[in-house]
Amino acid sequence: MSVSTLQRPPVEQPVRTGRRRRFTGQSMLFLYTWLVIIWLVIPIFVMIAFAFNDTHGRYNQSWEGFTFKWWGKVFEIEDLTKALWTSLIIAVISSLVSAAMGTGIGYALGRYRFRGSGTLNVVMFSTISSPELIMGASLLSLFVSANLGLGAVTITIAHIMFSISFVAAIVRARVVTLDRSIEEAAADLGATPWTTFWKVTFPLILPAVFSGILLAFALSIDDFVVTNFTAGSVTTFPLWIWGSTRVGLPPQVNVMGTMIFAAGVLIAVVTNIRSRQGKRDR
Amino acid sequence: MNRVKRQLAPYFLVLPGGLWLLLFFAIPMIAMLSLSLQQGDVVYGYRFTFHWQNYTDAIDGYHTQLIRSLIYAAVGTILLIALAFPVAYWIAFYGGRRKPTYLFLLLLPFFVSFVLRTISWRQILTDEGPVLHPLKQLGLVPDSYHLLGTPEAVIGGLVYNFLPFMVLPIYVALERIDPRVVEAARDLYANPALAFRKVILPLALPGVFAGVLMSFVPMASDYVNSEVLGSSSTTMIGQVIQSKYLVTSDYPTAAALSFILMAVLLIGIFAYARALGTEDVMKVAAR
Repeated sequence: MSVSTLQRPPVEQPVRTGRRRRFTGQSMLFLYTWLVIIWLVIPIFVMIAFAFNDTHGRYNQSWEGFTFKWWGKVFEIEDLTKALWTSLIIAVISSLVSAAMGTGIGYALGRYRFRGSGTLNVVMFSTISSPELIMGASLLSLFVSANLGLGAVTITIAHIMFSISFVAAIVRARVVTLDRSIEEAAADLGATPWTTFWKVTFPLILPAVFSGILLAFALSIDDFVVTNFTAGSVTTFPLWIWGSTRVGLPPQVNVMGTMIFAAGVLIAVVTNIRSRQGKRDR
Repeated sequence: MNRVKRQLAPYFLVLPGGLWLLLFFAIPMIAMLSLSLQQGDVVYGYRFTFHWQNYTDAIDGYHTQLIRSLIYAAVGTILLIALAFPVAYWIAFYGGRRKPTYLFLLLLPFFVSFVLRTISWRQILTDEGPVLHPLKQLGLVPDSYHLLGTPEAVIGGLVYNFLPFMVLPIYVALERIDPRVVEAARDLYANPALAFRKVILPLALPGVFAGVLMSFVPMASDYVNSEVLGSSSTTMIGQVIQSKYLVTSDYPTAAALSFILMAVLLIGIFAYARALGTEDVMKVAAR
């Protein structure tokens, strides 16, 4: 056994091969990865491009020249604007509520050993891995059986339900890695458990709670399947798009889609940079 | 007093969220099971009569769509592994400091609404679209050739939409591999292919299984791709359930169909959880 197996080697390539063979194999993989990324980005590119399409007919299908005019008229379709607002409000409420509930579960699972934690784990795993169709169908079955009217409230209930487990998983992952000695130090200095939690522990898990909120928001605003089952006559942004696919989508949808895309990417990049800076400072 | 408080703390923390999951995840399943055994119609209401015939009717009427969905999802899963493994492998072993950037690029589609990006594919694949139009102009494909409405288009859409669910778990598994283990294999005279087969592949397998679970289940129950990109000959079980619930209000049959689909998928899910545990899936969810 050589020395290099005993010490972690600084090289990133785990497999030592002939120089030329490694080069070709690696560059082929590199090319392949980029081809996949390009394939993933093509529809996004098309969506953005058609937000700038100077279309005149009902269909925004073929390219007719570049224009900014749809950006000025983005809120001119009343139903669509209303649908976008509905989506935003539901996303804000459901992300905050699910973050609060999910943080409770995540913290408890990460910190304590208690009876029922196994069951809770199974339930969380089930909500994350069970198909949206089944969740939507079963919720509708409940609402129909209980004679509950469908609408924004039932959508919000459903969104909170499927977001809780994701937030809990994120928070638990953070709580598990916390250094207990910091809390012990606080206790040694005379802080009550309550003070210790809010002054020491909570600030440490706050980044995880924050990413939980962002994920829950993203899940909610994008959700189509569960929403479709629980909406009744209320229309959210994805439902509006679904409803008008047959007649053809107006360019305003592309503009709004582009705006949501840009906002999402911006938030993701900013939080990523900030968390990296935070790591460097620590 | 304080000790009691400490022991009760986790229950208080879990209570609101746990109650919510009980009320709106567990109980709805029971409601659906009950609905699937009821008889009646929308106007006169439903009565619980242990009407097992709903199940036999559902299987008799829609086994074609059910089997088709499972086949599409299976083909899609195989394609996903072929697409995702090399990508995850390259990022995990050669991504260097750019790893987060590459993962971010792979997640970009998630910043566009699921429905919207599927419709975007329809815009691309349509007869007048940027792919077929030039080919037809040049006479390279016959006028009667279509991409939309084919099983290939539906499976393509499924693969596109669920690729990140396969890449991420495989990446997580590969990233965990200690390079020293591979080194050791090489030192013991394994050639690269053998080291890959005997060391990397077995260690990556849990990630592949997690990916299969996370993509097969949503693909088999999807109805957006087959609705937007497919035709009447590619109808999937999700479309049937969706239209029975929301269009024809045939709740008992719809509930029975949902249960059959869920039973098929649940067997897979729980076999997975039993054999491999819930850790990998949770880890990917937490990313």
